[in-house]
Amino acid sequence: MNQQKIAGLGGFTLLVSCTVIIVLVLAWLLADLISHGWQVISWSFLTAYPHHGMMEGGIFTPIVGTFWVTILTTLFALPLGVASAVYLHEYARDNSTTRLIRAAIRNLAGVPSVIYGLFGVALFVDGMQLGASLLASGLTLGLLTLPYIITIAEEALKTVPRGLREGAYALGATQWETVWTIVLPGARSGILTGAILALSRAAGETAPILFTGVVFYQRYLPSSPFDTFMALPYHLYVLATQHHAIEQVRPVAYGTALVLVALILILNMLAFFLRNQLRRPL
Amino acid sequence: MKHRHFWDRFFRYTFFMAAIVTVAVLVGILGMLLVNGGRMFEQVSIREFLTGTRWNPSAYEKATYGILPMLVSTGLVTLGAMLLAVPLGIGAAAWLSEVAPKRVAAIVKPIIELLSAVPSVTIGFLGIVLIGPLLARLFGLHSGLNALNGSVLLAIMALPTIVTVAEEAIRAVPIRYKEASSALGATRWTTLIRVTLPACYSGILAAVMLGVGRAVGETMTVLMATGNSSAMPGGFLSPVRTLTATIAIELGEVPYGTTHYYSLFAIGAVLFLITLCVNWLAERIAANYRRMGQ
Repeated sequence: MNQQKIAGLGGFTLLVSCTVIIVLVLAWLLADLISHGWQVISWSFLTAYPHHGMMEGGIFTPIVGTFWVTILTTLFALPLGVASAVYLHEYARDNSTTRLIRAAIRNLAGVPSVIYGLFGVALFVDGMQLGASLLASGLTLGLLTLPYIITIAEEALKTVPRGLREGAYALGATQWETVWTIVLPGARSGILTGAILALSRAAGETAPILFTGVVFYQRYLPSSPFDTFMALPYHLYVLATQHHAIEQVRPVAYGTALVLVALILILNMLAFFLRNQLRRPL
Repeated sequence: MKHRHFWDRFFRYTFFMAAIVTVAVLVGILGMLLVNGGRMFEQVSIREFLTGTRWNPSAYEKATYGILPMLVSTGLVTLGAMLLAVPLGIGAAAWLSEVAPKRVAAIVKPIIELLSAVPSVTIGFLGIVLIGPLLARLFGLHSGLNALNGSVLLAIMALPTIVTVAEEAIRAVPIRYKEASSALGATRWTTLIRVTLPACYSGILAAVMLGVGRAVGETMTVLMATGNSSAMPGGFLSPVRTLTATIAIELGEVPYGTTHYYSLFAIGAVLFLITLCVNWLAERIAANYRRMGQ
């Protein structure tokens, strides 16, 4: 056995252990979350309002709040994002305007979420006088998810074969007619994947909604886009750090965390399988 | 016939307007931060803001607006995160792309990527209930909510980015490099260390920079797990408060239009500029790398 072989063996063992450590840490975190959270979760936990200072009852109000704010985010960001992607992939020429738009998208993807929160306060809450509301939070989260939707939608448009577009033009269709009847239907499942990923991102964010509409506690469900709301991620934050009886409320916090993670992992796996479906040729 | 062309043109402009929104948002964010943040400097000098060591904007006698402790905190937590995540991430990326059987890699990679989907507030919660008590026991501390805790959590959050980007970079090294190395009699390990990794050095650096960008901007995790003390940090075991956490804590309770209110936007501007530089650097490095590969 020479020295080189020993070095190689040791080296590769080191690399394997890096991977194993990462996977083990992930497993450890998930195992803790599931083992503590599972005991709390029941049908009534999911469907009851919180009561007794949020120490008893369920998490129905935050679930509904997260549902609505995610819907609003998608309604706002999906059409805008898909339209931008269509422009970039179908219309734009390689000129300075296009490069500027692409640079803006790349940079927006790197802006910290708390800065979107600041922007939401300045523009939607104070500037447009929407107040702290579902709508202001949805719009703020919409801006946050926009770069992701554009990137994923553009990937989807790329999978539509060129020949289909040329066929449509040969039949005398205008570019808009081609986009609407050929390109967008062809990219449908890819766009759907993007929408689901954006949804899951919006559902898990806390910092952007912190000052734009989410509240510590409210007894009723939001009845209009101008109402304040409770949300799962903020509810978890409150239960973990702001509550007056943090130790007693810990089981509820674990339950909330597990519901949130389960929701997001399910959405992501859905997107993952949809994307694999998409890889099959048309 | 005519109105078909009208609609064609109409939608061309509509799509263009949609795409321009992204530019408007970026300019809007920058403008909002500079204008609101700038109002603070009517009261406080830039020098006092950047180099002052005390942050006490609600003091009754004389409010102080020094963000140096926060800058140091953000730097400290990020540095710790990178010290943990970079070796682990590059090791895992090298294993996944060069050594691992295809079927194993096909399972492990999505699992690591899935980690990036876990909401930051959940990671912060696990920092409080799991990592915190563990650190407290390990180091004999009263509380495990400190910079080190934040670093561990941010490392966990930055790992998917680092592994994915570094893995792509390693995979992109032309096979002829490795073949040439083998032909010269080098072992697989020597080839990896002496040829493959140096060849994609800048791609890996880009991965690290993206990880840094993610760690600097992360809010909820550090807000929950680092103890939130606005004093100058003494080391990894002292509680800290980062730029992001300060905005998150104080924006909720600050009266509109006060110097304190504007100072939070000024912090946001500093944060924005830092992440912009880091991401720009990552992009430059990655672009150079791609050009080299061709």
